[in-house]
Order: sequence, then structure tokens, then C-alpha cells
Amino acid sequence: MNAEQLLDHAKQLATEAERLAGESVRVAQKAAQSATGSSDITQSAGVDPFIFGLTVLVLACFVGYYVVWRVTPALHSPLMSVTNAISSVIIVGALIAAGPAETNFSQIMGFCAVVLASVNIFGGFIVTQRMLSMFKKKR
Amino acid sequence: MTENISSILYLVSSVCFIMALRGLSSPETSRQGNVFGIAGMVVAIGTTLALPSVLSYEVIIAGIVIGGAIGSFIAWKIEMTALPQLVAAFHSLVGLAACFVAAAAYYRPEAYGIGEFLAIHTSSLIEMALGLAIGAVTFTGSIIAFGKLQGLITGSPLVFKGQHPLNALLGVGLVGLMVWVVRDQTEIGFWAILVLSLLIGVLIILPIGGADMPVVISMLNSYSGWAACGIGFTLGNSLLIVTGALVGSSGAILSYIMCKGMNRSFFSVILGGFGGESAGGAPRTQGDKSIKTGSAEDAAFIMENAASVIIVPGYGMAVAQAQHALREMCDILKSRGVTVRYAIHPVAGRMPGHMNVLLAEANVPYEQVLELDEINRDFNQTDVAFVIGANDVTNPAAKTDPTSPIYGMPILDVENARTVLFIKRSMASGYAGVDNELFFRDNTMMLFSDAKKMCEEVVKALK
Repeated sequence: MNAEQLLDHAKQLATEAERLAGESVRVAQKAAQSATGSSDITQSAGVDPFIFGLTVLVLACFVGYYVVWRVTPALHSPLMSVTNAISSVIIVGALIAAGPAETNFSQIMGFCAVVLASVNIFGGFIVTQRMLSMFKKKR
Repeated sequence: MTENISSILYLVSSVCFIMALRGLSSPETSRQGNVFGIAGMVVAIGTTLALPSVLSYEVIIAGIVIGGAIGSFIAWKIEMTALPQLVAAFHSLVGLAACFVAAAAYYRPEAYGIGEFLAIHTSSLIEMALGLAIGAVTFTGSIIAFGKLQGLITGSPLVFKGQHPLNALLGVGLVGLMVWVVRDQTEIGFWAILVLSLLIGVLIILPIGGADMPVVISMLNSYSGWAACGIGFTLGNSLLIVTGALVGSSGAILSYIMCKGMNRSFFSVILGGFGGESAGGAPRTQGDKSIKTGSAEDAAFIMENAASVIIVPGYGMAVAQAQHALREMCDILKSRGVTVRYAIHPVAGRMPGHMNVLLAEANVPYEQVLELDEINRDFNQTDVAFVIGANDVTNPAAKTDPTSPIYGMPILDVENARTVLFIKRSMASGYAGVDNELFFRDNTMMLFSDAKKMCEEVVKALK
């Protein structure tokens, strides 16, 4: 594939991404409308949380796909270390487990997870910062 | 704090993470992107701490301080050549943390509002079992990858008879266990899933050879994301789902790019066995052909009188720590009016983009560092191709010899340059175990030496 074809392809992808983004906004608006509408009328059983989660997952995968293809190959190492750092957002689950005042098995598990995730968060962001600071324009 | 406000703050945090990845589309915006990432994490942690159920601040802060201190210390100390090991080690921590969170949720589900002990909602239990399994596979798989990259475990693939049937059996067993746990809520089943997944993690990474490490490390990156995703489903937390999906798709795309860079299918990498003693399709009949060798002075003379030079660095350059000497050499050449550029093959390092980081660390301006697609057509208008620490990625057999194990792999067309200077310690073949016919071409000059020593000698000769 030569550079021009690549450029064309990238442009196509970009417009496609824009279209998808617009569509997802419309879908979200519709969903919001129907959600408020239904809650006004009845207290009917809402969408299963799993379906809600699945919706979020699929949309996030699309966002991830388009965003990651735009990352320049030169920065693939920082991409790995920063995704590694943000995947430690699992600390949210750990904090809830470690949260209660009483000590029990779950709290200890939570504490261990908090320590591990913190190693990752600090380590991941610092090493990314170190790498990116090397990619400065030379005078 | 009401649930609505915390949900909105989690949304803010998700958007920050998307912006963090978005920033990496160019070096100029990348540092800003990292700031977004940090901000997103601060918002996520702050929001969670403000939840009414979170009370034990002393314990939590102690945990963050201990973990943060260890993480910061390691990140500041690490050498950039050891980056792949570091990332593998960090992946293992995410996997283990996912296991801990799953265990915590299993024994106290009421904290997450997903039922009670031994009476967890079915859908939550499915997601929890998946999160646990992926987390455990990520944990042990990353440890094995770390061991291989660090040289603690042999880099050649460890294969034994009946490996694939065994793995398939274990996989089926894992699914069976999950069904059992979900139906009967059994405690033993929960721990059995953990143990079996840990074992599977070891078994799937052991047979993969050192040459395929860039794929493995991207794949584990992807797994760590899906583990977070699984936990996100269990906890009904959209932030975890979004972040997990971002990380998961990022790792998957990187694996794809790496596979393409080696012309290998994803499945053949997973099945393993590549890059060992047995791989060596091309018959070695070139023993009696003659090669031309040269000295540092010859190399200095040729490059000094060239109009353009393209440097082709490989992992061997990093092993020899030659990047600084190399940059010094290029600086002198540039001051003599020679155009110097660098050509990077997608799998030049041990992880995606590794070579770019190593060159950036040696103060090579990133505008001069080009990818394979950008520079490959320029080789036939180039006077000198200077290959340092690379081998397989320049081997013309990838284009001409269908029996070669690397056939079909995209290569840098260095043979089109007027002169090829090839730094090598000996005539040994590369990672894939294939001879390189380039050594015997008329326009190739072999420089037998350590990469760093050779660069330093060329610098001396140029001065």
C-alpha cells in the first residue's frame, strides 16, 4: 500500500468515524428521550443492566478502534504503557472492597488489589511521561 | 454523593482516558494526552473515595502510598532497553488485581449490590467468573513473558507432545467449571477456576518463542483490558467497561500490526513453536560464497562521501547499547552535509514502537525516524544503507524464497541502496534462524565487530 492509498484510506476511516459518532449521539438522544418518557409514564422494569453494559462496551470498542488506529507508530510503546496505566482503573473495584470499616477477607483482598493497582498507576504514568519527554522537537 | 453525580464523574473520567489515547496521534500532543490520563485517574479514585460505603481511609491511603512508592521507584529507575519486561510485569499486576477484586466481590457481594454470599445474581456471577479467568491468565502469562524477556526462562519455545490437546482439554474444563459455579454457586468451583486459569496462562505463553514476543506482549495488554472489562460488568460500572474496552481494543490492534509486520497469522503465534532450533527452512548452501569485509576506516570513507545514508537499526543495536555512539556518528555525518535518516521495521524491537523510544532516548530527532512504508521506496536513491543490529528484517529471502520461514514478511529493501554496510559480530544467522543472502552481494560490505565499538571507531575515523 503506498502513502497515497494509505492517506485515502485514513480519510475514509475518519469520515466513517465522524458519521458513526454523529449516529451514536442521535441514538443516545433517542435513548435518553425514551428513558425519560418511560419513567414518566410507568415505573416499568428498565433495561437489564447487562444490556446497558453491553451497549457501553460495543460503543467503547468502536471508539477504541478509531482512536488507536490514529496513534502514530512511533508512539506505540507509550501507548502500551499508558493503556497499562489506565487499565489499573480496576482500583475502583478494589477501593469499594477495601472501603468498609471492619476487617474481613474481602477487605484484605481489596487492600492487596489497591496496592497492586497503585504500583501500576504510578509506574505506568511515570514511565509514559519519561518516554514522551524524549519525543521533543530538537531545536 | 448521589449515585447520579458519581456516574457523571465516572463519565468525565472515561472521556479523559479517550483523550489520553487521542493525544498519542502525534508527539506534540502526546504529553497533554498523558496529563488527561492522569486527570482521569484522579477523578476516578476521588469519586470512588467519596462513595458513602468507603470509610477506611487510613487503610486505603496506606495502600496507595505503598503501591505508589514502589511503582514510582521502578518507573524512574528502569532502563529503556528493559521496557518490554517492565510492561509485562505491570500487566501481570493488573491481572492479579482483577483476581483479588473478583475474590472480594465473591465473598462480599452485598458491597457491590449484586446479591449475597452464595446467592449472587446469575449474570453477575458469569461476568465475575470471566473476569477472574481472564485476570488469572493475564497474571501468569505476563509472568512467563517477563521471564522470557528478562532471560530468566529460555527464549526458545518450550513444546512437548500433546500440548495442544492438553490446552484444549483445560479450556473445556474451564468452561465446565464456570457452568458449575454459575449453577451451584460453589465456593470450591470459584477457586478451581482461579487455579485452572493460572495454569492455562503458563501453558499458553511457554511455547511461544522469543521472536514472537512483540505479539505476546500486545496480546497480554489486550487481556488486561478485557479483565478490567469483566470486572466492570460484575460491578455494573461503565467506567471500567469503557476503559477495559479501550485497552482491550488497543492491545488487539497492536497484536494485529505486529503479526502483519512478521507476516504471521495470530493463531500460528498462539500455537507457538516459532524461532526455535527446528526452524530453518532454507538450505544452507551458501557456505563457499565469498563475502567482502571492511574496516571502520573504509566505512567512514564511504559514508563521508555519500549524499544520503539510511540507518537500519535492530534490537542488536540496543543490546550493544550503541544508540548514543550511533547518534554521534550521524551528527558528524550531518555536519558534513550528508542526509541521514533512520528506517524502522515494525518489529525492530521487543515491543511495538520500542526502537523509536530507544532512538528518542539517544536524542535522535523523531522527524528523521521513518516507518517502513514511508522510507522503503527511497532506498534505490540512497548511497549507503547502514544496517546495525538488524538481520532478518533486511533478508531478501522474504521476497524471493517461498521455502524460507520468513517468506512474505515485509522487509526493508536495503539491497537497493548503492552500498550496504552491515555491522555484525559474526556470520551467525538471525532470530528466525535463516541465512541472509545479502551478506554475499557485491554491494555489501560486512563490518565484523560489536555494534558500539564499530560506531565509536567510525566516529574516530571521521574526526
